[in-house]
Amino acid sequence: MPAPIRLRELIRTIRTARTQAEEREMIQKECAAIRSSFREEDNTYRCRNVAKLLYMHMLGYPAHFGQLECLKLIASQKFTDKRIGYLGAMLLLDERQDVHLLMTNCIKNDLNHSTQYVQGLALCTLGCMGSSEMCRDLAGEVEKLLKTSNSYLRKKAALCAVHVIRKVPELMEMFLPATKNLLSEKNHGVLHTSVVLLTEMCERSPDMLAHFRKLVPQLVRILKNLIMSGYSPEHDVSGISDPFLQVRILRLLRILGRSDDDSSEAMNDILAQVATNTETSKNVGNAILYETVLTIMDIKSESGLRVLAINILGRFLLNNDKNIRYVALTSLLKTVQTDHNAVQRHRSTIVDCLKDLDVSIKRRAMELSFALVNGNNIRGMMKELLYFLDSCDPEFKADCASGVFLAAEKYAPSKRWHIDTIMRVLTTAGSYVRDDSVPNLIQLITNSVEMHAYTVQRLYKALLDDISQQPLVQVASWCIGEYGDLLVSGQCEEEEPIQVTEDEVLDVLEGLLVSNLSTPVTRGYSLTAIMKLSTRFSSVNRIKKVVSIYGSSIDVELQQRAVEYNALFKKYDHMRPALLERMPIMEKTATNGPTEIVQTNGETEPSVVEAKHPPPVTQPTSQANDLLDLLGGNDVVPVIQTTMPTKPASAGGELLDLLGDLSLSGGPAPAPAPSVPTSQPSFLLDGLSSQPLFNDIAAAAIPPMTAYNKNGLKIDFTFERANPNPNIAVITIHASNSTEADMTDFVFQAAVPKTFQLQLLSPSSNVVPALNQGTVTQVIRVLNPQKQQLRMRIKLTYTLKGSPVQDLAEVNNFPPQSWQ
Amino acid sequence: MTGNGVTYRNHGENYNSPLSVCLPVSVCLYRSAYSSVCHAVSVHSVFVEYKDFKLIYRQYAALYIVVGVTDSENELSVYELVHNFVEVLDKYFSRVSELDIMFNLDRVHIILDEMIQNGHIVETNRSRILAPLNALDKMADS
Repeated sequence: MPAPIRLRELIRTIRTARTQAEEREMIQKECAAIRSSFREEDNTYRCRNVAKLLYMHMLGYPAHFGQLECLKLIASQKFTDKRIGYLGAMLLLDERQDVHLLMTNCIKNDLNHSTQYVQGLALCTLGCMGSSEMCRDLAGEVEKLLKTSNSYLRKKAALCAVHVIRKVPELMEMFLPATKNLLSEKNHGVLHTSVVLLTEMCERSPDMLAHFRKLVPQLVRILKNLIMSGYSPEHDVSGISDPFLQVRILRLLRILGRSDDDSSEAMNDILAQVATNTETSKNVGNAILYETVLTIMDIKSESGLRVLAINILGRFLLNNDKNIRYVALTSLLKTVQTDHNAVQRHRSTIVDCLKDLDVSIKRRAMELSFALVNGNNIRGMMKELLYFLDSCDPEFKADCASGVFLAAEKYAPSKRWHIDTIMRVLTTAGSYVRDDSVPNLIQLITNSVEMHAYTVQRLYKALLDDISQQPLVQVASWCIGEYGDLLVSGQCEEEEPIQVTEDEVLDVLEGLLVSNLSTPVTRGYSLTAIMKLSTRFSSVNRIKKVVSIYGSSIDVELQQRAVEYNALFKKYDHMRPALLERMPIMEKTATNGPTEIVQTNGETEPSVVEAKHPPPVTQPTSQANDLLDLLGGNDVVPVIQTTMPTKPASAGGELLDLLGDLSLSGGPAPAPAPSVPTSQPSFLLDGLSSQPLFNDIAAAAIPPMTAYNKNGLKIDFTFERANPNPNIAVITIHASNSTEADMTDFVFQAAVPKTFQLQLLSPSSNVVPALNQGTVTQVIRVLNPQKQQLRMRIKLTYTLKGSPVQDLAEVNNFPPQSWQ
Repeated sequence: MTGNGVTYRNHGENYNSPLSVCLPVSVCLYRSAYSSVCHAVSVHSVFVEYKDFKLIYRQYAALYIVVGVTDSENELSVYELVHNFVEVLDKYFSRVSELDIMFNLDRVHIILDEMIQNGHIVETNRSRILAPLNALDKMADS
């Protein structure tokens, strides 16, 4: 068989290949030759073959069949063979192959070889790809080499020790004695690797960290020598001696000084010296300054030093070099939390970086700008950020839009500004905003009552321009549905009112329904909007026509809506005005505030069978509640959490007694919740009293009844159906007192048969005022899945004129509609 | 910790072997091409974020050197390291070009192993790095 070609020939041949296929062909031919040569167990050319194999591996072709050959090369005596063998081992082998364990013995022998270069090779390989078993076996050898006098070997042994420690952390103590004299080295290579070893040890184990703190003075001294020493040709890089070592030492100082006052104090001087003396004209100096700044920020440095560090970063920002700007922005981002005011001083430079051409710098500048926004600079910053949003790449738009929303929410100086800002975002980056921005915006608009006319006018104008951005279209159609009457009547104070007729508005909304650009969700929004306008506009016939057309739409969602709205026109026309009334103000929550009573509105989704659940009007400033989720605008599930009745512990036990002979379920289980604040009791009453219309409707559906009337205490039940579950009946009890004295400590308890479930909410108060001056109300929710006749046992306790009164009663005269 | 990274097309990310960086390499190439065509001064920064580590690249005529580092590393320092590496190659091959590297891959590997081991810097002094290689050459000649 002819001698295999040399590596150079192979490279030359491959480079002449003009297509990928040609190259593959050549490689395959050569692979076949190499394979047959391996089979022949030819010692002379093995080295050459493996070298070629490594080249082909680099190009991306499979080379695993050479792994064993590498091992054979390692075992050979020739240095060139060993060299290629170890290189092959590092490139082709790793822990996952079983073959690598066979190397252990070879490495062990080579670690004790007479030639330092061979020892170096072995150390290098062990340090790069040794598995934990290998490390365990050979750690002793490495430690021995760490103590030799040969500096070439010591530096390699130090890094090998780093790898051993990483793989087998328990062996750290073994290397501890060898580290004693490491820092007194003259050889910078050894010094460098020793610092790396110390860093690794300190990072891994807090005991080591404490142990090595005493080295801080030594490190400071070394650093000082490096800075102060004159030109040293050995280590000089552009006028600075051994910057790599300086950087490494600074990093070690950072780790040692973190959260330790004494060490930090010892370092203060040297850090200040480095910061002021280093030349910044070249990249080298800047690298050292960067590391210094990072160290100053991390340790417990004094404030003067911190200010110095931030000023250095500010100087970096003004530098023309992009790399340095990037680095400065990154570090400022890390420090903005702790040193907010200092970073604020550089705000204008940071904002300028938004206009930079480089993508990484833009991203950093954007993140930093959002971190710097506060109440004082919100207007100016928002202007810049909106300008950035206009012109930036799509990959930034989503993040920028969410950032703008968050900032506007926190710091908006006025409602009008807030709405304007959000509208600007929707018109420029509308397709990139997150899904939950639509409900947020709707809620914001609802809550700013005085801005309704202005908002709907602006949204209408935006809609006329462009209907492609879905979030904007959704919000706009929702608003037009709600406030269309304001739009048509031209009531806007903030802006020049525009003249819009009802037909024009309906044209726009119908246009949305038919347009190709509208998603199904948007279509749903616009259909509902058109429906709502039926109570606000006079051209009801046109609306009726539209709604009936969509009753046969292919889209199931639209079809369902249209059919229900149709039914609303036909059978339930008397309910239509009430159902489609204006939405009340919704509660806004802090997302991490404790939730107390949560009541959300159902959107004005008319469900044909059930009556509407009354939405309460809340004081906007009172408690934190959950954010209302208007997903899709119509699918709201009202969540009502219960609070504990005033005597929870006794309730269960007494009710069990109460229900003993009726073989009923074990009483209601009130859900535990935080205690109710005193403003709560009037909650429901306010809600009910300000929405009398709803009460009438509710009452009209199911007649109220008197459940108990004895000794001057009268208890009335009124009913509603909870939306959306038709099996839940919501009963409100009204307790009134016709005697002359107040009934105090009034407690109402109820129990139901086993097939039902009961939930008792907290009462409005426990004093029933005398002479019918007021009522105590309490809400009961009964789940009746099997639709059986509702029965209830009630127990009343109160104190009248100082003496306690207790009474039991059964309530059977529930009207049939309440449980059917 | 730095990973070895002379620009290769290499697949299969083995632990501590040259990183597979096809996509970000093309990003780097695009950036450098853009800046060399349009501006004299570099328009872009030479740091790219890729997955969970950073890439630092440096262009020398037709040769690109890309180094991948973890988040904790000082990027400017790595930038200097790349230059140091090229200077060492320069000294050994006298006015190195990419063809020198292509045809002498094994020696480049030796130099690289002398400079960086397992992601850490071993030696930055040019003469000390090249000492073993010179000794090897002498052995091969004799």
